[in-house]
Amino acid sequence: MKLLRLAALPRPYAWLIDPAVILHVGALAALLVAQLVLSDYAILSLARVMVLAVYAVGYNILFGYAGLLSLGHAMLFAAGLYGAGLSAAHLSFGAPEAFLAGIAAGFALSLAFGLVALRTSGVAFMIVTLMFAQAGYLTSLYFADYTRGDEGFVLRGDIRRAVLPGGLSLDLTNPVVRYNLALALLAVCLIGCLALVRSPVGRVLVAIRENEERTRMLGYDTQATKLLALVLSGTVAAAAGAAYALLFAYVGATFASIQYSILPLLWVLLGGAGTVLGPLVGTVLMFYLVDVTSGYTSAYMLVVGVALLVLVVWFPKGLLGTLRERAMPWLP
Amino acid sequence: MAPVTLLSTVGLSRHFGGLRAVDNVTFELAQGEVRAIIGPNGAGKSTFVGLVCGRIAPSAGRIVFEGRDITNLPAHRRVRLGIAYTFQITSIYGNLSVFDNVALAVQSAMRNGVRPLASEDGVRPLARSASAKVAPTEARGLTPSSELDSRVSDALSRVGLSDRGDAKASTLSYGHQRLLEVAMGLALAPKLLILDEPTQGLSDAEVAGFCDLIRAIARDATVLLIEHNMDVVMQLAGRITVMNNGAILSEGTPAEIRVDAAVQRAYLGA
Repeated sequence: MKLLRLAALPRPYAWLIDPAVILHVGALAALLVAQLVLSDYAILSLARVMVLAVYAVGYNILFGYAGLLSLGHAMLFAAGLYGAGLSAAHLSFGAPEAFLAGIAAGFALSLAFGLVALRTSGVAFMIVTLMFAQAGYLTSLYFADYTRGDEGFVLRGDIRRAVLPGGLSLDLTNPVVRYNLALALLAVCLIGCLALVRSPVGRVLVAIRENEERTRMLGYDTQATKLLALVLSGTVAAAAGAAYALLFAYVGATFASIQYSILPLLWVLLGGAGTVLGPLVGTVLMFYLVDVTSGYTSAYMLVVGVALLVLVVWFPKGLLGTLRERAMPWLP
Repeated sequence: MAPVTLLSTVGLSRHFGGLRAVDNVTFELAQGEVRAIIGPNGAGKSTFVGLVCGRIAPSAGRIVFEGRDITNLPAHRRVRLGIAYTFQITSIYGNLSVFDNVALAVQSAMRNGVRPLASEDGVRPLARSASAKVAPTEARGLTPSSELDSRVSDALSRVGLSDRGDAKASTLSYGHQRLLEVAMGLALAPKLLILDEPTQGLSDAEVAGFCDLIRAIARDATVLLIEHNMDVVMQLAGRITVMNNGAILSEGTPAEIRVDAAVQRAYLGA
């Protein structure tokens, strides 16, 4: 594919006709417009999918770009979920404060997690992250007095109304408000991820994924860069968890279980690891695959399994990864 | 003018269990030298340069670079001080373009405020190539920067890979991959360039071109070269250090080493 010529515009405005920027802004604009035509049910489910896609975007920073396979991200998602949910339920935080508390919990936990887990690499890293997440899950069960364990708790009352600085009040029980808040969070994370991967740091992340030793011997502090990737990834995952708790009003230990560590991996693999839009594409596809097939058969997980097998055989780099390889080399 | 010492080691050792891979090596390298390290297989040459560039931690001894003790400095910090290392087994980013491979090295140098090495106009490019311009970086999603562009183009043209910028690095021939690795070393604009068996696996024609390149590089940087090809060593090196069993056996000019009885014993087993 022939690239657009960028020389025509003065440099500060060149990004305006950058195909990658157009594609990503276009995808977000399509989601914005979609709410005008979608059914109530679709608006409800797509809001949930977008929050989970934020989780996948965060996971992809570490897995897709830095090449580190974590099996412990459920802990970081749950850190956001509980950080927001517990502070709202027990400390009477308002929704914006609870959201920030969730992000702060995720940031602090990823930093501690990274400092320990990044002392290992490869399979050992996977196992260490898995063990961390298991400890996190058991912790959420242990403090059942506060978390109500597997059963979880529901957020009620004032917390369902977010009063933003400036006096703007948002009703979080309204599906359209939820949809647009989820979209806003997705937009921030997606554009942030695009900016990250096209920055010099993003290039170093890819370099670490491709050949860590070479990267170290080019003078890069690979350990510090991996920690940065993990903290960013974990903080975005926690933001998704916090948003999930506040928008959908349910906080439970299921979200800290191993299942929620595997899911973002599948979403990212399906959409294309190491592509900015891949996590969103993967999350949407997987959700609707389950949603549609479960309407026809109780064996819907079999269909999902077959779909994943097809993916592995014919699209090992995920949908967008394969597209990039075959037709769109500029895709970030 | 007395030569300025760029690098020195004092009592440098590395033991792997009972094996003394590098044993109490005291070594000096003057600025501007081309020094070759030779020795039989297992003499400890690669381990020694691994200690110098920080890939391997020493068991004992000190390393001093430009008057500064770097013994405890991690490898990436040593690279920033100006020690570049090219791997014995070619180590490039196979999935990235040739341009991006070098751009990563340039980005590292630029971040550390390192000026590029002066490029030599009179140098014949190594690989036969037209002087095709490398496309602008925006096409590859890199941070747009004309300085980055020009420094990458410069490094590629010095090794003669200008027209391969867009190629995926893994698709290059073996000889060109070695040149790419040298280009990455050059792009770091190092004070000391360590080459670990750079001509291994190259054809005779490629070796000849390689020698020209090293001579050109040596005008700006000090070169430390591990090499098995004696023709290359005799052509390039101002001085030669011979290692055997982890220790320095002998040191001198090519002419001195050629007639050194101890060296002949180590090599020929006489």
